[in-house]
Amino acid sequence: MNISNRKTYMLNMGPAHPSMHGVVRLVLELDGERIMACETEIGYLHRAFEKHAESETWNNVVPWTDRLNYVSPLINNVGYALVVEKLAGITVPERGQYIRVIACEISRVTDHLTCIAATAMELGSLTVFLYLIKARECLYQRVDELTGARITTSFTRVGGVKADLPAGFAEKCAAAFAEVRTAICEADQLLTRNRIFMDRVEGTGVISKEDAVAYGITGPFLRSTGVPYDVRRAHPYLVYDRFDFVIPVGSTGDNYDRYLCRLAEIEQSLCILEQAFAQIPDGDHSLEPREMKHAYELQDMGKRGDTELIERYAAKVDQTLEGMAAAIRAPNRWATLPAKEQTYTNIEGLMNHFELVMWSWGIKIPVGETYSAVEGANGELGFHAVSDGADGPYRLRCRPPCLFTMAALSKILIGAQIADIVPTFGSVNMIAGELDR
Amino acid sequence: MPLEASIPPAGAMTTRIEAALGWARKYSIFQYPFVTACCGMEYMSAAASHYDMDRFGAGFPRFSPRQADCLLVVGTISHKIAPVLRRIYEQMPRPKWVVAFGVCTCTGGFYNDYSTVQGIDTIVPVDLYIPGCPPRPETVLQGLTLLQEKIQKIGGRNR
Amino acid sequence: MNAIQGERRDISSERNHEELSSLKAEGYNMLVDLTCVDYCAQGRSPRFDVIYRLMKFDLADGKDLGRLEIHCGAGEEPVLRSVRDLWPVADWLEREVWDMFGVKFYDRPDIKRLLMYEEFVGHPLRKDYPILKRQPLIGPKDGAKADSPSFNILKPTVTGE
Repeated sequence: MNISNRKTYMLNMGPAHPSMHGVVRLVLELDGERIMACETEIGYLHRAFEKHAESETWNNVVPWTDRLNYVSPLINNVGYALVVEKLAGITVPERGQYIRVIACEISRVTDHLTCIAATAMELGSLTVFLYLIKARECLYQRVDELTGARITTSFTRVGGVKADLPAGFAEKCAAAFAEVRTAICEADQLLTRNRIFMDRVEGTGVISKEDAVAYGITGPFLRSTGVPYDVRRAHPYLVYDRFDFVIPVGSTGDNYDRYLCRLAEIEQSLCILEQAFAQIPDGDHSLEPREMKHAYELQDMGKRGDTELIERYAAKVDQTLEGMAAAIRAPNRWATLPAKEQTYTNIEGLMNHFELVMWSWGIKIPVGETYSAVEGANGELGFHAVSDGADGPYRLRCRPPCLFTMAALSKILIGAQIADIVPTFGSVNMIAGELDR
Repeated sequence: MPLEASIPPAGAMTTRIEAALGWARKYSIFQYPFVTACCGMEYMSAAASHYDMDRFGAGFPRFSPRQADCLLVVGTISHKIAPVLRRIYEQMPRPKWVVAFGVCTCTGGFYNDYSTVQGIDTIVPVDLYIPGCPPRPETVLQGLTLLQEKIQKIGGRNR
Repeated sequence: MNAIQGERRDISSERNHEELSSLKAEGYNMLVDLTCVDYCAQGRSPRFDVIYRLMKFDLADGKDLGRLEIHCGAGEEPVLRSVRDLWPVADWLEREVWDMFGVKFYDRPDIKRLLMYEEFVGHPLRKDYPILKRQPLIGPKDGAKADSPSFNILKPTVTGE
């Protein structure tokens, strides 16, 4: 047998692979251990997000957006709400914007924690995985308290957020952030100067700046090549221009730089969160101070017919009940639910609520189309919404950041070894929900 | 052929052996986590240290279907990946159990559309349904204990 | 606020490649997005509106120097020239537009589906494709060898095209 006769063979890293990244197929043409060519096949989690959005009302699309990038669901919620508000010309009051920033940054931290944890686990470091998932758990409990669910949050509404921050949220978050900081410190000590880890990730998965731009890549992937592009700085949205934060950049564009970028971004997000909690304006002061009575007491008065008596009091309702506070809700009554006092105590409020909630009534966004983007954990997460005046989107396009990174993957992997696929794929942070929509 | 089929019928001894095998099997579930979507995050939470599936004996995922006995289908199954799922199921040796984790695998979830399989029980026989979108880790652990009861009762028969 | 949307320009679908390559020469080095909208429910003609979103990106300091939203109308049997040679990522984006809307792109290697499986018939995001229309489940491909790796074997080329 002529051993100098080089032949390549095909290896299929099939859709069901032993990493927690979801379902993607890599068909590799190998020469020994070297990858000569690589083809990526996606679409195994196509769940018709864009088609479903066309048959839902504007607010009902929010649960579908949760499941896009399901590791940072609040960022998708906020991105979608921003594009609808841009179409409609609605501005959310300041407190609502600060709450959205807090939600976004907590989500960004959970995403980066999950990415680093999964990558580390695949390279053999199960300890780091357990430490970081434990830290993520603390954040999930805060998200649970804020939104009612750990992962599929459905937190934003057109014109505001679901509800105000629960009582004592800032203190509990401070405790959670301390846990996260401890965990990333431990991960840093275990991984960053670890010989095995560095040998696997340093110099692998290299992409140049020009290639990254040619492929439309943004986010930590682009920042690792040395380009400091962040949508929060380039096109500030919500109240990001009030915060003092650094954009970490790498230099070589390899997996090690991406790991370091993500680790640094966690710390930056925690800084932003602390500033947000310090700067957030107080809650509802728009109503004149009136004596508070429980809603059921007001109902009893109404049933007895004492309507003049009702007007003297303000309804005391749990602050996490939807539609409660004026400070988190845009004042446009055709888009956001009225305050519960209005709904429960007068007919105009009730009609307003009814018209927003009943099917085929709802929020009617003026005709037009627009594009808006937020900084997702993987890069620029854009939404292009087209409205024809109906109660739901005519077309909603989600621009997923990891589609562009995955398109470049086949180029990055050429010449690499099979063992380099694992850290590269981990640092791409492909989230199938976003990739396949 | 499962182990019980090779034991000649001998009355009381058989039931003791079956109970012992059921006990052994239920506390050493080697799962094959077929993770596709968001439920994977809750699977990670359930497997990690806070909720810890390992104390139920199910903490060791086997990443090859040939070595696994419980197929944990986690996340939405689309028409594109359905044949892959069927194939993985067929590659697993018996006795095997299938857990439909998350409502997308139970009934399709709210993805009633052109590309989602409306419940994996249209493709593979399912032993345990864990609903939720995604199910909280406590629900997952409850499901796991129910699966263990099932394994104890049914053992390896007809699996 | 509209800096991120960019100025809207309309170009003709016959000359899309010429216009886009002149824009690329002007400095629009990043293709941010390529998508399509189906206006048949509104009875508009041309039926499809293909949208290219471009950004002038400064590599040195990561500044967004300007964006453009290029609209390009395409009729019932839409065919547009591919811009793969200008921006490599257009390969996947065009495959997705073909898959979801049926807008064909020429001057590129065979276009194939990106998100749906190959046996799927139709283009789901068109307004006349009902969302509930499921097609029969596909099974393993016939004729595959018992130990062949998987279904739908693709043939990558060694040059990585």
